[in-house]
Amino acid sequence: MKRTLLLTLALIALLVTPAFAEDAIKLGFNIPLTGDIPDVGESAKNSAELLKKKINDAGGVEVGGKKYMLEFVYEDNESKAESALSAARKLITQDEVLGMVGPQSSKQAVPAGEAANDLETPMISPWSTNPATTKDRPYVFRGCFLDTFQGPTAAKFASEEFGAKKAAVLYDIASDYPKGLAEDFKAAFEKINGPGSVVAFETFTTKDVDFSAQLTNILKSGADVLFTPQYYNEVPLIVKQAKSMGWNKPILGSDSWGGGDLMGLCGDDCKGYNFVTHYAAAGAKGATKEFIDEYSKTYGKTPDDVAALTWDSTNLMLQAIKNVKLTGDVAADRAAIKDALASIKDFPGITGGMSFTPEGDPIKCAVVVKIDDEGKFSFYKSVCPN
Amino acid sequence: MLEGFIQNILNALQWGSFYSLIALGYCLVYGVLLLINFAHGDIFMVGAYIAFFVSMSLLGEFGVIPGMPTWLVLTLSVPLVMILTAMVGVTLERVAYRPLRRKGVNRLYVVITALMCGLILENGNLAILGASRKSFPTLFEQTVYNIGGVSFTNLKVAVILVAVLSFVFLRFVVVKTKIGMAMRAISYDKFAVPLMGIPVDSIIVFTFVLGSGFAGLAGLLFAMTYPVLDPYMGALIGWKAFIAAVVGGIGSIRGAFAGGFLLGFVEIMVVAFFPSTLRDLIAFAILLVILTLKPTGLFGVARRTKI
Repeated sequence: MKRTLLLTLALIALLVTPAFAEDAIKLGFNIPLTGDIPDVGESAKNSAELLKKKINDAGGVEVGGKKYMLEFVYEDNESKAESALSAARKLITQDEVLGMVGPQSSKQAVPAGEAANDLETPMISPWSTNPATTKDRPYVFRGCFLDTFQGPTAAKFASEEFGAKKAAVLYDIASDYPKGLAEDFKAAFEKINGPGSVVAFETFTTKDVDFSAQLTNILKSGADVLFTPQYYNEVPLIVKQAKSMGWNKPILGSDSWGGGDLMGLCGDDCKGYNFVTHYAAAGAKGATKEFIDEYSKTYGKTPDDVAALTWDSTNLMLQAIKNVKLTGDVAADRAAIKDALASIKDFPGITGGMSFTPEGDPIKCAVVVKIDDEGKFSFYKSVCPN
Repeated sequence: MLEGFIQNILNALQWGSFYSLIALGYCLVYGVLLLINFAHGDIFMVGAYIAFFVSMSLLGEFGVIPGMPTWLVLTLSVPLVMILTAMVGVTLERVAYRPLRRKGVNRLYVVITALMCGLILENGNLAILGASRKSFPTLFEQTVYNIGGVSFTNLKVAVILVAVLSFVFLRFVVVKTKIGMAMRAISYDKFAVPLMGIPVDSIIVFTFVLGSGFAGLAGLLFAMTYPVLDPYMGALIGWKAFIAAVVGGIGSIRGAFAGGFLLGFVEIMVVAFFPSTLRDLIAFAILLVILTLKPTGLFGVARRTKI
């Protein structure tokens, strides 16, 4: 008798648990909390926590007349491609998330995107600009522009603003993002200034700290501008060494400069340089300003582009979830969310309006910022796709 | 063309200086204990972090003595960093290596322990200070000089000079002093040496003080030259410096010095004339050829037992 009672109780408990779980929407975050670029992971997590608190305090997300609380699972990908893959698999199969946000950099987003697509789970990478991330993957989206747009933007800016006829490029050949962007920049610059106008195309390998041999070649080449699409932990070393070897011409960066604590590591040496990015925090208006104020109040620092893009990407995912009818069957819901994401038009993001192309890439504008004397990234120029 | 080549020789001398300074530490410990201290690269990393904390606490308005000029901070940092890093090295010896040596275990186990100590230092640092990079403050206003198209900074010259002076000093200690003689004697016969009244443990501690002290100095100079610190910065450079010490002939001070510069030279020259992806491939292929032709290294002496 007693045993039957226990068994019944256990059965009821088993039946009830999924019903409880149904009231929560579970999203996974595949982000670099340790490794080479931990500040990027921290920004993403801060931004996600802020959004979760805001929505949960208001009673949750309303989908089909029912309120759901948000549940975010953070998985560290250590800024490594193989860890991003296992983190993606764990989030999808073990945690059974409805959708995945991240990974941030292309090195991790390209392999993780493949896993997400194979396991038929919608993924949106906030910060990965390499075209391969979303290419031929219906389940994979991104929250930012592409390198095929960023490269030409940087090349055009260098030619027009600096009057550069010859350019040098220094990049990490072992990482997807710098490699792809360096090649896009080279192609675009040579299209404007003729073949051979990229006079030095120098490479290094992740974790290198000494660039003296490459910089010697760059100085010898007589280039007018140095383009270096590297992350915030490498840029200070490159900039400082270039200066100590006598480089006094402009250095142009890419959106990776904005993620993480660039100014804390670089100090005065980086002031006065320009880089292409997603948004400028200084002088923002409307919803963007609201987000910046709230973020700065909570964490005591200005949100970088990673924080802003994670905010937008998570909101995009939630918007898609709002547009579907949740059935409780994870596989069916994931497929429905994917279709909903693909059909989003003119989403009002804080980094600009977004509509997805059939490839899962948003059409949006790029911003060129200048690092001013106070070390702030101030708006310099906006470039939109035509 | 020529100035480019001279410029790259200067680059190679600077880069090789770091390998040399670290390789000297490997070599000292190996010369006495026949132990490959794989934690040495991470002691170098700890040295860089100690340099960071020492200079941050001395520098600026909130320093111990407010408004201290940077040259004074630097002068005080050098001995402080060396002493503190030496203490880390000696602690490792006391906590990890000495108990094992007392038990008379095979040297292989001590080497594995050294590897583990290195990982503990790395991950301990990661756990305590977090994964964020630290930015090393400027202690030294860098001035760029340009002579005939070859540019160099005062820091670059200082790094190379310090490496050379360290080598001269360490060689003097090992070859000309009594304590150096005792160090060499231990490596020959560690059972007979105590019978001659030589305090083996003190000599070993002294060896670790020297090795780790110079790793600390290397850490300080490295942090000044490449002012972004992370917990894994010592791992790769430590491995490479170890290889440099082996190519030079491990156990020989001259070998470690020459091996460090050789590796630095090969790496820089490969990058200067080939794609950087080929750097490690070509550099280590050359070192492999040297070892095949001369298995004891450039300055090494053949011994019966090696690890």
